[in-house]
Amino acid sequence: MAPSEAELRLRERLGRLRRMSLLGGARVSRELQRLEGQLERLAEEPTENQIWAQVELARDEDRPYTLDYVERLFEDFVELHGDRSRADDPAMVVGLARFDGRTIALVGNQKGRDVKERTRRNFGMAHPEGYRKAMRVMELAGRHRFPLLSFVDIPGAYPGIAAEQHGQGGAIAHSQARMLRLEVPTVACIIGEGGSGGAIATAVADRVLMQEHAIYSVISPEGGAAILWRDGEEKRKAATAFKPDALHCLELGVIDRIVPEPEGGAQNDYDQAARLLAESIGEALEELQAVPGSELRRRRRERYRNVGVVATA
Amino acid sequence: MSSRIDVSIEHKHAPEPSDSGKRDPNTCPSCGSHYRDDELAENLRVCVHCGYHFQLRARERVRQLADPDTFVEEAADLRSGDPLSFFDLRPYTERLAEAEMSTGLGDAIVVGRTAIDGRPCELSVMDFAFMGGSMGSVVGEKFARACQSATERGVPLVSVTASGGARMQEGILSLMQLPKTICAVEDLHDAGGALISVMAHPTTAGVLASFASLGDVIVAEPGALVSFTGPRVVAQTTREKLPDDFGLSESNYRYGHLDAIVRRAELRDYLARLLRLFGNGAERG
Repeated sequence: MAPSEAELRLRERLGRLRRMSLLGGARVSRELQRLEGQLERLAEEPTENQIWAQVELARDEDRPYTLDYVERLFEDFVELHGDRSRADDPAMVVGLARFDGRTIALVGNQKGRDVKERTRRNFGMAHPEGYRKAMRVMELAGRHRFPLLSFVDIPGAYPGIAAEQHGQGGAIAHSQARMLRLEVPTVACIIGEGGSGGAIATAVADRVLMQEHAIYSVISPEGGAAILWRDGEEKRKAATAFKPDALHCLELGVIDRIVPEPEGGAQNDYDQAARLLAESIGEALEELQAVPGSELRRRRRERYRNVGVVATA
Repeated sequence: MSSRIDVSIEHKHAPEPSDSGKRDPNTCPSCGSHYRDDELAENLRVCVHCGYHFQLRARERVRQLADPDTFVEEAADLRSGDPLSFFDLRPYTERLAEAEMSTGLGDAIVVGRTAIDGRPCELSVMDFAFMGGSMGSVVGEKFARACQSATERGVPLVSVTASGGARMQEGILSLMQLPKTICAVEDLHDAGGALISVMAHPTTAGVLASFASLGDVIVAEPGALVSFTGPRVVAQTTREKLPDDFGLSESNYRYGHLDAIVRRAELRDYLARLLRLFGNGAERG
């Protein structure tokens, strides 16, 4: 279901309008309705099967992970380790690297390929130590004025005993706060699964990019089905209702741009997927680097301060 | 004559469990003691036998904490939209209407200006009875406005949370309420304002992973579940035996995530003391 140019543009405009709806009042909501009508005529709502196909692509075991992109996008990558307090969390990869000739700081969720690696990386689900490791590098980025890149690919926050005892909720909250405080350009890319609190912990950025076949959701389809439908088997229905696909995220104003993938998905051609991703990141950084740091932060705060849809009684 | 006190009397008036297996709301789930409404209200809805803290409705919490006649509600007219046209077993709009009818609230949070023991402050209180205290766009917006109001008046914000997490019916937009409320706290902090976070049962998931964890001081009520993921899901996933107090405030206190566990009877005084400290000797009122 490759979207047409016109559809993409329309969804982007809708997303931008949605972001200002709290301030805009009646005029904006009329404009919103008009555009929604246009979109309805132009594009049909994806079916349950189409949405589920997106979920499966986002979870494809051969999909490129953070380190696959690191290898192709950056030079001089130096991975940094440890949260300087307790441990080094292999589910979160952080470091410094050169992108397009400039130094950037990187944080990224990392899944494993084979059984051993998957276990070691905890299926990409960070513990609080991982978020704290990420925060340490965010601070480093701020101190040395390096742009921050974040690759998001996490099924969800980790439901584990130690994760709770070590303060998972607080770590996720503080990580977002840290991202809202930075005065350097920040770009987040949803490259696979953007799952719940685990994803938003490192996804609060000036520009949020999302790959064509990635998903971004408040809860996994399985989790949502278990709670709302009281039946984990209703995951397809839940996925359809949550609208986790990139087109809907764009329309809702949650992401800024959809990054195209090679035919059939990023798993088919890592190099091409990396080139397409690099292009979008490069453009975003170019735009952002022209803006003073304090202004970046002001705009970032304004953006997140106004997200949501409310009405008056 | 036996000097033994007949304790069975405490249970005598307890109604039989209904067919649905739901416990009577006035029966203590911890020790089984049963109370009349007025008895419970008089004890701040705390079981006098075992100390179990019953959940509090938002307005009751405001009554317990605020000086009489000082609470002025703000942003009461905000209502949820239905941006995803969400439909699970029932439409979201229907759930909202029902929640409003049964709770008398516009959404799962009440915010306003008030004073506690003569010290002016902003008060934000969540209500679990409204869709599990879940945080959607309206909860996010009202909390953000409470931060703004506190900043404008130069007073601390006292937040009492009780929430199952993000409101799934608003999809990804409910996840966005995490950074939104965090933004509001960051702005409050930048302006020199203080946030005192009181976690009531339960404070979990999206609310724990956002503003509730950013308090300058963070306390919880005894026995409150304060956990990103609840014990049932953790047990299912890990298949390990959980510690008895897993995720409860007592465990969180031990691991260093809370400044104190404050019993409800002492909460008002505790907050008043903090408000004096954050006021740093400034004039009353």
